[in-house]
Amino acid sequence: MPKDPSLKKIMLLGSGPIIIGQACEFDYSGTQACRALREEGCEIILMNSNPATVMTDPALSERTYLEPMTPKVAAEIIRLERPDAVLPTFGGQTALNLALALAEEGVLAEYGVRLIGAEAEVIRRAEDREVFRRLMSSLGLYMAASQAVRSYEEAAGFVGRIRFPVVVRPSFTLGGTGGGIAYNLAELKEAVERGLNASPAGEALVEESLLGWKEIELELVRDRAGNAVVICGIENLDPMGIHTGDSITVAPIQTLSDGEYQALRDQAIAIVGAVGVETGGCNIQFALDPKTGRQAVIEMNPRVSRSSALASKATGFPIARVAAKLALGYNLDEIPNSITRQSCAAFEPALDYCVVKAPRFDFEKFPGSEPTLGFQMKSVGETMALGRTFREALQKSLRGLETGQSGFTERPARPGEKFPPLVSRLRTPGPYRVFFLKEAMRKGYSTEKLAELTAIDPWFLHQMRLIYEQEQQISEALGPLFTDQAPQPGPAEMARWRRFKAEGFSDRQIAYLLHRDLADDRITEEAVRARRLLAGARPTFRAVDTCAGEFEAYTPYFYSTYQGLPEAGEVLPPTGRKKIMILGGGPNRIGQGVEFDYCCVQAALALREAGFETIMVNSNPETVSTDYDLADRLYFEPLTVEDILAVCEAEKPHGLIVQCGGQTPLNLSLALQKAGVPIIGTSPEDIFRAEDRGAFNKLAASLGIRQPEGRQAANVESACRIAQEVGYPVMARPDFVLGGRAMRIVHDEEDLRRYWDEALSASSDGTVFIDRFLEDAVEIDVDALCDGQEVMVAGIMEHVESAGIHSGDSASCIFHHNLTGSQVERVKRHTRDLALALNTRGLINVQYAVQRDQVYLLEANPRASRTVPFVAKATGWPLARLAALVMTGVPLGDLPPKPRPKRDYNAVKEVVLPFDRFPGCRLELGAEMRSTGEVMGLADSYGQAFIKSQLAAGLDIPRQGGVLLSICDHDKIKLTAPARVLAGLGYRLYATSGTRRQLLEAGLECELVNKMDGPRPNLIDCISDGHIQMAVNTIAGQGSARDGQAIRAETMKRRIPTITTMSALTALVEGLEQWEERPPVAALQDYYAV
Amino acid sequence: MTPAPALLMLADGASFPGQAVGTRGEASGEVVFNTSQTGYQEIMTDPSYTGQLINFTFPHIGNYGVNQEDNEAPAPRAAGLICAELSQDLGHWRSQKSLDNWLAEHHISGLSGVDTRALTLHLRQHGSQNGCFSARDLNPASLLEKAQAVPSMAGLNLAERAGCREPYQFAEGPPRTVAVLDFGVKRSILAQLAQADFSVKVWPGDTPAAVILESGAAGVFLTNGPGDPAPCVTAVATVRALLGRLPFFGICLGHQILALALGGSTYKLPFGHRGANHPVRDLATGRISVTSQNHGFCVSPEGLPEGAVITHLNANDQTVEGLAAPSWHAFSVQYHPEASPGPHDARYLFDDFRALIDRFPVARTGK
Repeated sequence: MPKDPSLKKIMLLGSGPIIIGQACEFDYSGTQACRALREEGCEIILMNSNPATVMTDPALSERTYLEPMTPKVAAEIIRLERPDAVLPTFGGQTALNLALALAEEGVLAEYGVRLIGAEAEVIRRAEDREVFRRLMSSLGLYMAASQAVRSYEEAAGFVGRIRFPVVVRPSFTLGGTGGGIAYNLAELKEAVERGLNASPAGEALVEESLLGWKEIELELVRDRAGNAVVICGIENLDPMGIHTGDSITVAPIQTLSDGEYQALRDQAIAIVGAVGVETGGCNIQFALDPKTGRQAVIEMNPRVSRSSALASKATGFPIARVAAKLALGYNLDEIPNSITRQSCAAFEPALDYCVVKAPRFDFEKFPGSEPTLGFQMKSVGETMALGRTFREALQKSLRGLETGQSGFTERPARPGEKFPPLVSRLRTPGPYRVFFLKEAMRKGYSTEKLAELTAIDPWFLHQMRLIYEQEQQISEALGPLFTDQAPQPGPAEMARWRRFKAEGFSDRQIAYLLHRDLADDRITEEAVRARRLLAGARPTFRAVDTCAGEFEAYTPYFYSTYQGLPEAGEVLPPTGRKKIMILGGGPNRIGQGVEFDYCCVQAALALREAGFETIMVNSNPETVSTDYDLADRLYFEPLTVEDILAVCEAEKPHGLIVQCGGQTPLNLSLALQKAGVPIIGTSPEDIFRAEDRGAFNKLAASLGIRQPEGRQAANVESACRIAQEVGYPVMARPDFVLGGRAMRIVHDEEDLRRYWDEALSASSDGTVFIDRFLEDAVEIDVDALCDGQEVMVAGIMEHVESAGIHSGDSASCIFHHNLTGSQVERVKRHTRDLALALNTRGLINVQYAVQRDQVYLLEANPRASRTVPFVAKATGWPLARLAALVMTGVPLGDLPPKPRPKRDYNAVKEVVLPFDRFPGCRLELGAEMRSTGEVMGLADSYGQAFIKSQLAAGLDIPRQGGVLLSICDHDKIKLTAPARVLAGLGYRLYATSGTRRQLLEAGLECELVNKMDGPRPNLIDCISDGHIQMAVNTIAGQGSARDGQAIRAETMKRRIPTITTMSALTALVEGLEQWEERPPVAALQDYYAV
Repeated sequence: MTPAPALLMLADGASFPGQAVGTRGEASGEVVFNTSQTGYQEIMTDPSYTGQLINFTFPHIGNYGVNQEDNEAPAPRAAGLICAELSQDLGHWRSQKSLDNWLAEHHISGLSGVDTRALTLHLRQHGSQNGCFSARDLNPASLLEKAQAVPSMAGLNLAERAGCREPYQFAEGPPRTVAVLDFGVKRSILAQLAQADFSVKVWPGDTPAAVILESGAAGVFLTNGPGDPAPCVTAVATVRALLGRLPFFGICLGHQILALALGGSTYKLPFGHRGANHPVRDLATGRISVTSQNHGFCVSPEGLPEGAVITHLNANDQTVEGLAAPSWHAFSVQYHPEASPGPHDARYLFDDFRALIDRFPVARTGK
């Protein structure tokens, strides 16, 4: 069937902010869909509230709506744009739920808009677990016994008929939010209540547990003619019971026989047909009893997913691109396979390598929450590695996690960390379990014992044991090469090196082992590398071609291996164009996410357009940057010095860009430069000069820029002395950390002493900077471009929250300022002076605090910042692209100027926090960043833009009802004005006695609620009884912090919007005053010329 | 056991080092690559691989051991196994022994630790090659001689000797009997025929037409098998004699023999189709089946007689994948609908065969 000619204008739904379980894989799939639809001549109306994404670049679609992903807003866009169809299968659960709402509310019917990719009925059949279960049973497929419940009593009744343990999963949620395992009635009660709360439908499923079974996923693509192909089978190394997003996974499937695999494939194709997925990608999860081979269906997603992004990168088959074309009406055999050019998309990739994905966790940012894994996804990112064997791929993936492990190594407890006994660490899955396996092998655990404790397939355990056994031989085999009697390197030595390198051992691992066993300080990673290269042991690069070599591949997508013949490399010959290599950001983590991928992608696109040969190196399968046709060449490699140097040696780039990918490439830059790699843009020395507090303070002083008083402390006594000098509260900042790791405002000496160890362990150079904390200051973020001669300020952002909250966690606005003209001038002048003094070539981000008309410099970083995409989307000036050109020597004067705005408008960035995933963690914002994603609100007025940002962040701002005002003393003075507006808008106000008295005195009505330690019913009862629809809670930090934590825990559980600062309240109230029933929407293209 | 070095030489002089596994001896034959990700046991026991050294592109081979049920023939039929890495360990619930031990038991030599991708790319670029690998003889010159001494697959009549020597009953009960002309049949083909509600009687490939007719068969099935179909003149003559008198279904070599009997011709593909992911388009419905394939020869689209039509094409290289000759009540496919290993997409063809037999005018069966 050819393309449907009636589909000309397509509305594509994105996935909104990055949250755990729904990350930048949907930027990847959405961007691929945009490009595929464009190729087909479609006009694209894009809706996504996330400004950090590549897909919201206004050059990618005709109309780009950075608007809240709510049915009301979507309906308004449909009314204005009248698309032919809505395509919801690329934006994760968010887009599917939104599409379903549009269908159910009759919006699609009203405007005659079709749903393509997945119809409403299909979404319902796949997503409603009870309906899905009946469907599976009609196909004769086994699913664990289960029942949908709406109360604990119902659940207990059901469990009476089966046996514990049971699994509780809420209906219609992301990444299993709110799911859990229960072994007894008390746990069942807790899990059911959490599940019901988490489910938008107030429904949860209680299910017979398949704990310990193998978990397998199949990624399928189907077309309208009914052709279905399985793109990739993914085997979870971790058994059922651990969310697949938190599992180490392996592709292709390693431990199933053909009979078992084909049985799963048959079931998968039957399921896709029965659910009625007409076109596109989908994913089905199965469980398999390893003792009997019995198979069970777990669930299916009628859309592209995190796994399909992984499958695309693992196989080279572009699932999203193909799915987008199928949605337009094409059949699979009408779409060419762009990798081989000979074959078509109707085939199943064959792999001749092994792929391992490893999840990345950030538990240390959520103290108080248990670091254990279960049905609810906790990981914040992932890395993928390819090797010719599982062992090589596993070791590469583990070093690619960038958590300090150089491969399949042990993970001893760090200072201040307490581990339970090894057996419990093996039995209870947590973020480091794979490393504990190594410890267990050293301690003599047998493979059978480990299989019993972990339910990991013995095949994988045996493979890991092979790594362990090889490791035992490294010192004996390689040690003699580092003695004074070392022989001349020769071919025999090369074979010796390759034997260990083929097992995936990194130079760093080898150096560690030799250093340990030979006790020779001269054996460093560099020394190991130097000797290895002398022996001529280098990796070869192999192509990812979808067909195991059967056809010639045209797509330059490579991975390194030491397996096989040293001369069999497949690197492409030079083209004569100048090569620029860009380092990506590696696995996402809090503080380093999609924003940096956006910068890398923009740089690659700009340089490709400018005629350079672009080379991308990254290890994150979720990203757009690792789409194989984005750059001219893609190397899917861990971001370590060793792996990058190997690519550099093969490609010999003319320039390497390290300033786009966040902290990861920066941390490698000095070593790369030392090894002779030509780094372009700001030099690593200047980048590090800005990070080195001592040197930076001197620089600032020489430029006459004021900073908060402070100094570096190397021990707790000197820290206390410095704090005494500058006066409490102080800000303590460990050096060289990402996302404000362990950064904190300290209020007194006792506090400082308690916190010192944590700060020190986070610091990479053993010092912590202590400076005066500026209370009640306004924080300013500036992004600018500099070519070494000239500086252009791209955007000045003012934080909504006052200084002290990590800039990555605060809302901020561009254009609207409380700053005076003179303050803005000073900010601009300082930025210019700093950029020039740091010899910036490219981007620079500077942070200031303004307190009582004093502008203080907080920090400056001459590199891409988290706010670059926000500034680019808000102003229309593509600064990341321009920065890349500047790095290649283009002067600022030759670049296009900022576009002229078409109207006056405001842009507000708001963040999204993952607290609901980490029960028990601290719920207030602080100096350490913990948000996972961001959204943007755009509107003509500041208030409206702010409200939009809140709606986009998922806060369901009520138009009426009760508002709880729980305000700290310090803020009370600012409360009366906004409270008056709230009352005027018809909200009922609730407050504790002190606040209430103040409001009564001001002539406002206010209901009394009792404090936590007062008589019941207290304020928590008041919330749980449903009197409160919105809360304002500024109690945090000191004093009645416990009340604040309790209020936030309760409102979070009940999904009640909670405002935590007075400045946010002021902004919100302004927005509420201007609320319009029909939300005003506009595309980026309406704000400025693209 | 310490790994014994071994060496593979191709007839064009390319060499690939590895370690000996299995019998740790010597093996020679045509070197072909298979891209399946599962099913090494089915592949090694598939009689169509007679005389071939199979290079597995999937890097880990042997992961789930070997068991009784997955055999396509009682013993391995390929001449040798080439892989990147052989898993020694067992863990799978169905596994009875390791692949290594199984190979040794059956006196099959294997070569592990090979750069199978480099070998595959070499075969793709230079075409199929004969080769010889050995753990006993590591002298490249002598191995090259052995590789070059392997007879060319083109013109080699392996099929007429690959099947059974005596007729036997595979399945009994159902009223209609299919006569299987055996050129090296896979067990799962017979199982699929039985599954389609036939009694199944297997005959040696050189059984005369009259014997088949007298047996009272309701239809004839032409099996897969090794080697070049062109020299299989006896079989072709038998089929020609029976065409029109009984309904026919052929798979793989059986398909090629049917084409030859109809007056068509076959040719050798540069490096064949071997794997479990080949898309085949049904020209009547437009539907795609992902199929299991194993063939080095192919039916030429030219020279087919009137009345014979091409029904299926390979969606990748557009080679002929299926034929039908409705007036002769015959059809055939190049690929393997019985799968084993591979996708089950095309299993419906066995039901199509039953339907063809149902439609066949009983009066003409001679009974």
